[in-house]
Amino acid sequence: MNAPIKTRSKARFEGYHAARWAEPVVMEMCCEGRRGAMFPPAGTDVRLPAGAMRKKAPQLPQMTEHDVLRHYLHLSQMTLGMMGVSLFGTCTMKYNPRIGEKVVAGKNLAEVHPLQHPDTLQGIMEIYANFSDILCELSGMDQFVFQAGGGADAAYTHACLTRAYHASRGELEQRDQIITTIQTHPCSPATANTAGFEVITLSLEENGYPSLEQLKSVVGPRTAALMVNNPDDMGIYNPDIKEWVRIVHEAGGLCFYDHANFNGVMTRLRARELGFDACMYMLHKTFGAPKGGGGPAVGAYGCSKELEPFLPSPLVKREGDRFVLDEDRPLSVGKIREFWGNAPQVVKAYAWALAMGAEGLREAADISVLANNYMDKRLGEVKGVTRSNPGIDAWRMEMTRHSLETVTRDTGCTVVDISNRMTDFGIDALWLSHEPWLVAEPFTPEAGELWSKEDIDYWIDVMEHVIHEAYADPDMVKTAPHKGAIHQLKGASLEDPERWATTWRAHRRKNLGV
Amino acid sequence: MTQPHPWMANAVQETKDEMMAALGVSSVEELFHQIPADHLTQRPFDLPRQLASETELSRHLEDLLAKNENAADNLCFLGAGAWPHYVPSICDEIAGRYEWQTSVFGSPTSDHGRNQAWFEFTSQIGALVEMDFVGLPVYSWGCAIGHGVRMAARMTGRSRVLVPAVMDPERLAVLRTYCGPSEMERHLDIVEVAVGADGLIDREDLATKLDDTVAALYFETPSYHGVIESDPAGLCQAARAVGAEAIAGVDPISLGVLEAPGAYGATMAVGPTQPLGVHMNCGGGVGGFIASPDEERYAREYPTLNISIAETIKEGEYGFGLTLFHQSSYGMRDEGKDWTGNSVYLWAVANAAYMAAMGPEGFREIGELILARSHRAASAIDALPGCSVDLERPFFKEFVVRFDRARVADVNAALRAQGIFGGKDISGEPGIDGQAALFCVTEVHTDADIDRLVAALKEAL
Repeated sequence: MNAPIKTRSKARFEGYHAARWAEPVVMEMCCEGRRGAMFPPAGTDVRLPAGAMRKKAPQLPQMTEHDVLRHYLHLSQMTLGMMGVSLFGTCTMKYNPRIGEKVVAGKNLAEVHPLQHPDTLQGIMEIYANFSDILCELSGMDQFVFQAGGGADAAYTHACLTRAYHASRGELEQRDQIITTIQTHPCSPATANTAGFEVITLSLEENGYPSLEQLKSVVGPRTAALMVNNPDDMGIYNPDIKEWVRIVHEAGGLCFYDHANFNGVMTRLRARELGFDACMYMLHKTFGAPKGGGGPAVGAYGCSKELEPFLPSPLVKREGDRFVLDEDRPLSVGKIREFWGNAPQVVKAYAWALAMGAEGLREAADISVLANNYMDKRLGEVKGVTRSNPGIDAWRMEMTRHSLETVTRDTGCTVVDISNRMTDFGIDALWLSHEPWLVAEPFTPEAGELWSKEDIDYWIDVMEHVIHEAYADPDMVKTAPHKGAIHQLKGASLEDPERWATTWRAHRRKNLGV
Repeated sequence: MTQPHPWMANAVQETKDEMMAALGVSSVEELFHQIPADHLTQRPFDLPRQLASETELSRHLEDLLAKNENAADNLCFLGAGAWPHYVPSICDEIAGRYEWQTSVFGSPTSDHGRNQAWFEFTSQIGALVEMDFVGLPVYSWGCAIGHGVRMAARMTGRSRVLVPAVMDPERLAVLRTYCGPSEMERHLDIVEVAVGADGLIDREDLATKLDDTVAALYFETPSYHGVIESDPAGLCQAARAVGAEAIAGVDPISLGVLEAPGAYGATMAVGPTQPLGVHMNCGGGVGGFIASPDEERYAREYPTLNISIAETIKEGEYGFGLTLFHQSSYGMRDEGKDWTGNSVYLWAVANAAYMAAMGPEGFREIGELILARSHRAASAIDALPGCSVDLERPFFKEFVVRFDRARVADVNAALRAQGIFGGKDISGEPGIDGQAALFCVTEVHTDADIDRLVAALKEAL
């Protein structure tokens, strides 16, 4: 079985070139009088107040339906996404099963209004309830909600619950601090700050995580909550986490587990059994729903019985064999977002979880950790690649952070250059690292359970090839991509107030002078 | 031994063995040794039986969803934050493409097409609202208002926000969350401005509340009740005169007939994106936008990711990259502007295709059609005994039906029995005495549909 794949791998090296359609910006596609959509005549003319009427027609494209379709299909073809190999760490790229797309496109979900009478929403409510049960079984929590429009929004949900919980005990004014770690995703500190808390960020120590002493030095009567992930993006699991939770609880704070890095611990532990009060899963990544380039997403937020009264409304509840939307919840935080969540993504995630079953989830966790360590081992043999926490001799969880510092020092080619050049081989741009970069020239691959060993080998082969190229012909790497949809972007204008333009109007005025 | 799962290439034992051999381990379990033994769960996972075959899974899902009723087989007159609009077929085909559905983050070159589509979303929203700076979309209209007033508070250094006393409770609840409770030192105060019998912001009450402690005046046109503000320029002028931001909430599908916020002096515009080519999806179609002038005062307060056109190293070629990234939560964590993350970017692609297909004529036509159909429905309902619509109010798409005696719950139950989803029951909400419902009529409702509604209402009353 190996030989033909190796042959294919060689062809893969030479074969790729991105589509290059040189599509104009749609705003330029304007031929007076052309139509892409049409409506029946209004019949009667409704008079509007003069001050409310539009005077000048919007400067939009004028194109045929066919031209709109072709334009956007061309743009889709100039999007690499997961069409090649995407080992994009921290995002746990999974197959997005087409069955999910097919089912949610039907009229029984797509053409459903959230304010319909509950009698007409029993199907979707049953799915919400069933899926909440599944996530409760996985996490040990007692209730899940799907209102948050992404993982960060679930972190925000937690910050808001923290407010409501402490307010109900008359302690909110006193408890104004949320503790997190530097390796926790930026959304935890950012949403805690937005919700009005002061943020305390713990730094890493030699074991790869903050020490208990560091935590103890900041926990106290002002502590409202702890918000952390585990393992972190370097693949290090904090073995003290139960003690952390105990210490924060003892001080009166709540503990939130950001399960963005769930893949490696899936079916091995439960957040609630470790003592956490609440946790979050990203349905658009971890549970097989598409990421969509940035949503629609769902941060499924689950919590203990004690916190349930504070969850955003409405809650989908079972009443006998019926399902109801419970809005009468006086302690609730209210609403994080309108309605009750990105229902299509919930259905897709539910479908994914059912298709996997307990045995499939276990297998996925096993494979993702196995594949990551396999990658880690092979990458360790590639010249110029080093890894984070070099002093820690342990198998990593489902991802590892590596560094190209040596390559950059030797050749001048940065990790961004290497990443750009790798896209010439059909490899999706690398995930580097969240800010701040604790590791120089970082990159963070994650194979997950989706990608085959052949894909993983190909990815590593490409990286090795490009690093060799950096030593032999650095210009080739620095000027990459050469086979992309467009050439390298000149970044200088992006941060220049005189030149940046987030709309065509601004571009015309600032850069074209019209 | 179970069969390798169809979604996991490395589930084949031979492959696992190869990788384990490379690592020199005999069992996968060894790789998990970082997790202390007392962290490992002892309770087995009691999950539903695995449905790895698509045929079984499909049947299960379809059977469950068949328990829903939908707005295609029934007539739906519900709006209030999610609206039944027609979604052109090309929008579904375009949004369904696997390439951008599966795209993660990429780079300006590798995901060039998607970045361009994003820029075409912001550019076309900019054309509709006549503003030069538009961020990538946020979760919803309510979230756009929340971020908008927080931007205003940072820009002005003030902490009071004026909103109409009659506002969609759903959106208002989201805004309250974003403003925070009074115990928090940095919370924003929401001050309600009275809404008159004409459905418009009461100018006298506004005058008493608008002063130099106000960060922003937020108003909507059309309003929650569908009422078109007759003098939005006057409202914006009043806000600007005290140094407050004038934030207009607008429905983009109205902007072929209603004036652009940028043209009447709004300093920011926010609104929903679902009307632009996205299905209602049981509320999962919602999204929001934020727009403003392209001035640093505004640009440097955006919490969103922002996409800019830029040159490439090849003469005459353009690409698209993120601008002002560093001020986001990705760049500055808790010191960034609010926060950002995954939002509704795939819907932005559908929105872009929708706006391109519509063009200026499409937006004019659909605006006129919605005006005509909703007015026709309102007039016919007003003519029925036992209910009334204030036809003096200029309105777009949505209007309030007041019932003299009947309870909305009963009326809607009777309508439902005839396959009609009546308007949202707004009895007891601010600005409503007695029984009332908010009806929504759009381009999807034919004259015959309206006749059917009127006949069913007549029978129900």
